Amino acid sequence: MREKNSILKNVDWWLVGLYFALAFMGWMSVYAAVYNPEHSSIFDMGERYGKQALWIGTSVILIFIILMIDMKFFTSFAYVIYGATLLLLVAVLVMGKEVAGSKSWIQLGSFALQPAEFAKFASNLALAKYLSSVQINLKDVKQIIRAGIIIFAPAGLIFLQNDTGSALVYFAFILVLYREGFSGNFLILGLLLALLFVLTLLVGKITMLIAVAVIAILLFLLMKKVRKNILSLLAILVLVGGFIFSIDYAFENILQPHQKTRIEVLLGKKTDYRGAGYNVHQSLIAIGSGGATGKGFLQGTQTKYNFVPEQSTDFIFCTVGEEWGFMGTATVVMLFMFLLIRIIIVAERQRSSFSRIYGYGVASILFFHFSINIAMTIGLAPVIGIPLPFFSYGGSSLWSFTVLLFIFIKMDSYRLELL
Amino acid sequence: MIGIISLLGLIFLTRLFYVQIIEEEYALSADNNVIRKNTIYPARGIIFDRNGRIMVANNAAYDLMVIPRQVKNLDTTRLCSLLQIPREEFERRMTKAKNYSRYKASLFLGQIPKEEFSYVQETLYEFSGFYVQERTLRRYPYQSGALNLGDIGEVNRKDLEKDRFYRSGDYIGKSGIEKFYEKELRGEKGVEYVMVDVLNRKKGKYKEGRFDTLAVNGKSLYTSLDAELQLYGELLMKNKLGSIVAIEPATGEILSLVSSPSYDPSILVGRNRGKNFNLLVNDTLKPLYNRALMAAYPPGSTFKMLNALIALDEDVLTINTEFSCSGTVSKPIKCSHNHITPLGMIYGIQQSCNPYFWNTFRNTLNNPNAGGVKKGFENWSRKVRSFGLGSKFKTDLMYEKPGMVPTVEYYDKVYRGVWNALTVRSLSIGQGELLITPLQLANLTAAIANRGFYYKPHLVKSIGQPENIISKYNEKQMVEIKEEHFAPIIEGMRRVVQVGGTARRGAMDSVIVCGKTGTVQNPHGDDHSIFIAFAPMDDPKIAIAVVVENAGDFGGTWAAPIASLMMEKYLHRAVIRKEKEKRILEADLISPD
Repeated sequence: MREKNSILKNVDWWLVGLYFALAFMGWMSVYAAVYNPEHSSIFDMGERYGKQALWIGTSVILIFIILMIDMKFFTSFAYVIYGATLLLLVAVLVMGKEVAGSKSWIQLGSFALQPAEFAKFASNLALAKYLSSVQINLKDVKQIIRAGIIIFAPAGLIFLQNDTGSALVYFAFILVLYREGFSGNFLILGLLLALLFVLTLLVGKITMLIAVAVIAILLFLLMKKVRKNILSLLAILVLVGGFIFSIDYAFENILQPHQKTRIEVLLGKKTDYRGAGYNVHQSLIAIGSGGATGKGFLQGTQTKYNFVPEQSTDFIFCTVGEEWGFMGTATVVMLFMFLLIRIIIVAERQRSSFSRIYGYGVASILFFHFSINIAMTIGLAPVIGIPLPFFSYGGSSLWSFTVLLFIFIKMDSYRLELL
Repeated sequence: MIGIISLLGLIFLTRLFYVQIIEEEYALSADNNVIRKNTIYPARGIIFDRNGRIMVANNAAYDLMVIPRQVKNLDTTRLCSLLQIPREEFERRMTKAKNYSRYKASLFLGQIPKEEFSYVQETLYEFSGFYVQERTLRRYPYQSGALNLGDIGEVNRKDLEKDRFYRSGDYIGKSGIEKFYEKELRGEKGVEYVMVDVLNRKKGKYKEGRFDTLAVNGKSLYTSLDAELQLYGELLMKNKLGSIVAIEPATGEILSLVSSPSYDPSILVGRNRGKNFNLLVNDTLKPLYNRALMAAYPPGSTFKMLNALIALDEDVLTINTEFSCSGTVSKPIKCSHNHITPLGMIYGIQQSCNPYFWNTFRNTLNNPNAGGVKKGFENWSRKVRSFGLGSKFKTDLMYEKPGMVPTVEYYDKVYRGVWNALTVRSLSIGQGELLITPLQLANLTAAIANRGFYYKPHLVKSIGQPENIISKYNEKQMVEIKEEHFAPIIEGMRRVVQVGGTARRGAMDSVIVCGKTGTVQNPHGDDHSIFIAFAPMDDPKIAIAVVVENAGDFGGTWAAPIASLMMEKYLHRAVIRKEKEKRILEADLISPD
């Protein structure tokens, strides 16, 4: 009794509460999404909702294990865990099972595991360890590169598994670097490049080149400072031009056809309700038809009758939208916002930089999943197959998010014991 | 960081507010996705005979329907092999469906038999845009009465334009009772809103069926036909051209209406309908031509009773008035029968003596009380018409022909006003311009049997329930002959089938039959054999007219025994005169070798 008391001591009940609220709503949504009247028990193990109950139950066990583990374990073994994860990712590439075009599963008997999911917290641990271990100065190019390697080594391996969505998640760590002193200019540069990317695809490279040239000439004529640095201006001009060409090339030749159409559909260059645009169109119909208060629990026709694909995993948000309406979607969005803001607040109160950086990593990963997943279902982002944390069906996903979050909760509960 | 999170949250909430609350199109799209409006087809009404036997029943059949707009990623080769149709056939049917409508369902392949259907149904979900519609096909337990019952077929463009009840691929009565009583038989369609999943599989009723309507089955029809008599008549007429019409005199109900050659109505059901229909159309013996209603013949000697009745009614002779006959040298019309002379009316009918009826007819036209031959003729013509001759009955018989009863105006035109009894003498023996259909002949017989009235012949007694009698057919039609004049005529007809009469083959042992033979001169070939009769004499249950084309003999040889067998079948429910029956069944008068 005493031991239990001690492990639950100083736990942030806000985070725990939000976690269970989301997991419970997720479970209900999975139930509604794949509801089978012949096996209507929510604990039916033959159905996904029964299994999700199992994943939640085992997550609770995981939570107790994490809370019991000594805090020092995570700091000391951060790199070991990271290394082991990288090995697993390599192993997946060699002996993994291919599911729906992605080679990201390891089969252990009747049990399948997705190492990419666990790589997130492992990478986060390693990054936190690295950034907190040295007197870090993220203006030092060498350190930036080292941090970059920690982040993008697993991302690269996951990309090779053909799981683009999970690989993209690692870009979220840039937010962590930013918090730790990485120049904001890089973020702005990143946004500018993204803008260039979108505009190039929208209006075509020739128009873009002309536009850039016109802007350059205007700058040259109007600003004295620019005139003095004509060489830099020319250099930037060449770089931008090169970037535009490479975007065009990359889009036409590197992206796979399905990725290309997804982007084109999103940009409104294509309307294809039967093909690539089908998912998003049906998803919008599901959410939009929910109205203010929804059709009622288990009454959603779009999701229950499979018009929305992947309705229990990546498109789980549709079920909420259809059956609970704006009331439900606003609740879920706000719960996520509370969760994220609470993580930031808790992270900022940490005394150790390791815990703080880890906390920011948790927030960044969850933020990326949340924003991309919701944006995708309401037609604001291309279809990138990543789950909605705690909501989407799936053991690996729920476990990895649980571990990710509760390591942070453990760190937080430990903060007062640090001197 | 908190700022970024809040900004994104705000963007999401705004977008969700727009999508869920402001924009309405998505709700409609969701309904379109999931709700399917299905038409529920009512079962078509059953057709019964007068004894409650089913003449037309329903069989389940399955039509493959297509909605062209919903056809996506079609594996044409696979579908063709599943349905066992060649590719060109597939293209042809698809084009036809598209021409009708891209959004509405069209019949793609009709009437898939039950055995093939289950196999098709299992694989059908792979072909979006295709679904199966259950229909009712007609089944004929007696395989007879084809022309009376009629047939059903797919609606054509004209039907679709005329009545919004129908959709492409629906069935409609094409002829006979099926066509005449289409509105009663077809029932009312129901509507069912069901929810389907993404693979178009039915998942349940929409809003617990709140908007559904039930289909109302078509009404049953209770016909006046006697199914067994109809079948027997067709059997007797096998290998003969002609017709039989039998009527219940007390009601005008048609007991059987045979046109030969007949055919099994079931050949016009199912996938071979088109092929078989073409065979029937191109058959030189014209099985689709309803001789009983459409073939008008000069009635010959069967018309003589009418001339006698009119003469009695006009008071230009009595039954005892005698005329002499010079046999084959009689003028202006010779007599071919060998009999005692001079003779009175009863004997005249029994012997079918032409000179007797010439004198009768001449007296009628030259009636001193009438005031001239034309006035006399006018009376004659009017009284003939009062028997239902020269016009249609306009009941529920389709394609009926009026026949022809000449008028004063007609002869004035033909003979430029100058004519007399001698000019139109052929009428005295039922020849000349006079044309009567077998139906009218049977009705004439019924009117005589009733001693002066008839009910318009009709096929359907009641609709829905046996007791819902169609009242408009219950109007008694009086003929313009006083009742008292019928007795001697009927006595003459009784003697026709006795020893010494012209139609001993028409007699029955147990029942008193009254009849009259006739021969129709046929300029195109052998003469037609006619016999009319009713029985029993004092309480007539059946009046019948039989026409056997090209029988090449007097009515007594072929038409009389057929009528006699029909009456035996109807009155005794069984035929025991097997020898007589065998002679008829074996006779082939179409291609005699």
